Amino acid sequence: MLRFLSRRLLIAIPTMFLVVTLAFFMMRAAPGSPFVNERQLTPEVQKVVEAKYGFDRPLYEQYGRYLADVVKGDFGPSLKYRDKSVLEILGENYRVSLWLGLSAILVASIIGVFLGVLAALRQNKSIDYATMAIAILGVCIPTFVTAPLLVLTFGSILGWLPLAGWSWTKVGGVEFPNFKNMILPVTVLALPQIAIISRLVRAGMIEVLRSNYVRTARSKGLPENLIVRKHALRAAILPLVSYLGPACAGLLTGSLVVEKIFNLPGLGKFFVISALQRDYTVVMGMVIFYAGLILVLNLIADMLYAALDPRVRLS
Amino acid sequence: MIPGSPERAQLMQQAVKGRSLWDDARRRLLRNKAAVASMVVLAVMVLLSILGPLVVPFAYDTVTKTDVWAAPGEAGHLIGADSLGRDLLARLFAGLGVSLGIGVVATAVSLVIGVAWGATAGYLGGKVDEVMMRIVDTLYSLPFIFFVILLMVVFGKNIFLIFLAIGAVEWLTMARIVRGQTLSLKQKEFIEAARAAGLKPAAIILRHIVPNLLGPVVVYVTLTIPAIIIAESFLSFLGLGVQAPMASLGTLISGGAQDMEMAPWLLIYPSITMIVTLMAFNFIGDGLRDAIDPKDR
Repeated sequence: MLRFLSRRLLIAIPTMFLVVTLAFFMMRAAPGSPFVNERQLTPEVQKVVEAKYGFDRPLYEQYGRYLADVVKGDFGPSLKYRDKSVLEILGENYRVSLWLGLSAILVASIIGVFLGVLAALRQNKSIDYATMAIAILGVCIPTFVTAPLLVLTFGSILGWLPLAGWSWTKVGGVEFPNFKNMILPVTVLALPQIAIISRLVRAGMIEVLRSNYVRTARSKGLPENLIVRKHALRAAILPLVSYLGPACAGLLTGSLVVEKIFNLPGLGKFFVISALQRDYTVVMGMVIFYAGLILVLNLIADMLYAALDPRVRLS
Repeated sequence: MIPGSPERAQLMQQAVKGRSLWDDARRRLLRNKAAVASMVVLAVMVLLSILGPLVVPFAYDTVTKTDVWAAPGEAGHLIGADSLGRDLLARLFAGLGVSLGIGVVATAVSLVIGVAWGATAGYLGGKVDEVMMRIVDTLYSLPFIFFVILLMVVFGKNIFLIFLAIGAVEWLTMARIVRGQTLSLKQKEFIEAARAAGLKPAAIILRHIVPNLLGPVVVYVTLTIPAIIIAESFLSFLGLGVQAPMASLGTLISGGAQDMEMAPWLLIYPSITMIVTLMAFNFIGDGLRDAIDPKDR
């Protein structure tokens, strides 16, 4: 396990290096600068401002310096939001995205596993076909279609849920998001994941139910629901674990759309705005943060998989 | 039965007329109702995107002030008009064409890069393979959508850049699939025969490996096109894709989402078109997979 972990971390280093390098040079190749859009600065003032952030130096020197700072965990100050560091901005905005992402993955896992198991137990019956039809729809319809359609239906026409927005409620000193605000965004994010997870679980379950140890359990006369819950389910949801990494990546891109449509103050919305404003440091910081997050989640998924499945040996 | 007898000759003829792998695949595909229906739907969509603009009495970018938010059926707008009085049907046909076009072209880009990369890595093997696939792995773990967004933001919203950016992302999976297939193909006798005949690696890859990759590649292509249509629409939705007055399904949905309370048809018709298109591609892809690789069923 330790060897596996260190090997994977070693592989992560060139990936992260590539991420930082690409992000840095792409941002710098952009026409425009973070300082042009505001009040007309006199050339002298502009020079002073640029010197303050080290932009008067040659590019390779800036790159080297940035790299060194990132290694130390310093992502620099924001160029647009005075007196705020990139880390502060990330810290202020990640909560909404985190709540959305975690809720969506939780909802999707529960519903997906339930539907998948149900479909597998009733293979080739109407409930199986219905579930798989939903799964195909869920995979085919992108979030930017479901989101406005759901808002139109439940927000505008029926008026049951708020159209957009986000608010916090304090419960015993901890801030929780308002439940009603979350229903639509979480549904939108969870739908495609439900589709994929239920397909995965169905396939896994069908295979497991045919395996020898399940036959053994049946021949011992165990009740069917015990076989499903105690014996089959554990093996059948294994593919789900290794899917969690890609799922999180999908949630990240989905949250870009969802945060825009529902006007939520999360990271995704911030990313596009910052890129348009040429806020170099903030954009690079976010790209690095997301890349790191995906790497870590994939690693956790792999380790979890090995821990749960004794047939897999990490190497 | 004597060698050279008429019966034997007849039998030989029958044997020659046996069904090839592709005959079998076509037969299985045509038996799949969902796939056949999807092919018809898709053919209609392609025709509509080409011929539709000739039939509709409006151009996709004609602004008519008197027809602002015309409801479906009003003022000759069959499915309504948008906030600038542009005919939705004309825009829908144009947008469908743009989306399908981007899907096909970007898929072609990813196909060429992916097949070349994967076949080379798989055939040469060893250190070359390891380095090439390590590069793919590394690129795979990048948060690509962010780089695509960066690309669009940084270099302006150019339609060729959309092709390039999306094609560059999608080739990775293609390379992986092709490499896996190549690894098993190169163990086959006919490759050994080609090598024994003195063919150079480049010629073997081009003439013997690539044509035999067709099956899985075709399947993946039909699944890549919808993925690319989604990616393009996603960018358009964030305002980074196709630029006005041009339309794509993504920009139409995005615009429709903004005006949906005033004019729900602006959201509903493009959404339905999008969903039907994507589902058609998915069914064809599934059908092809079942047809070409029957063990996966």
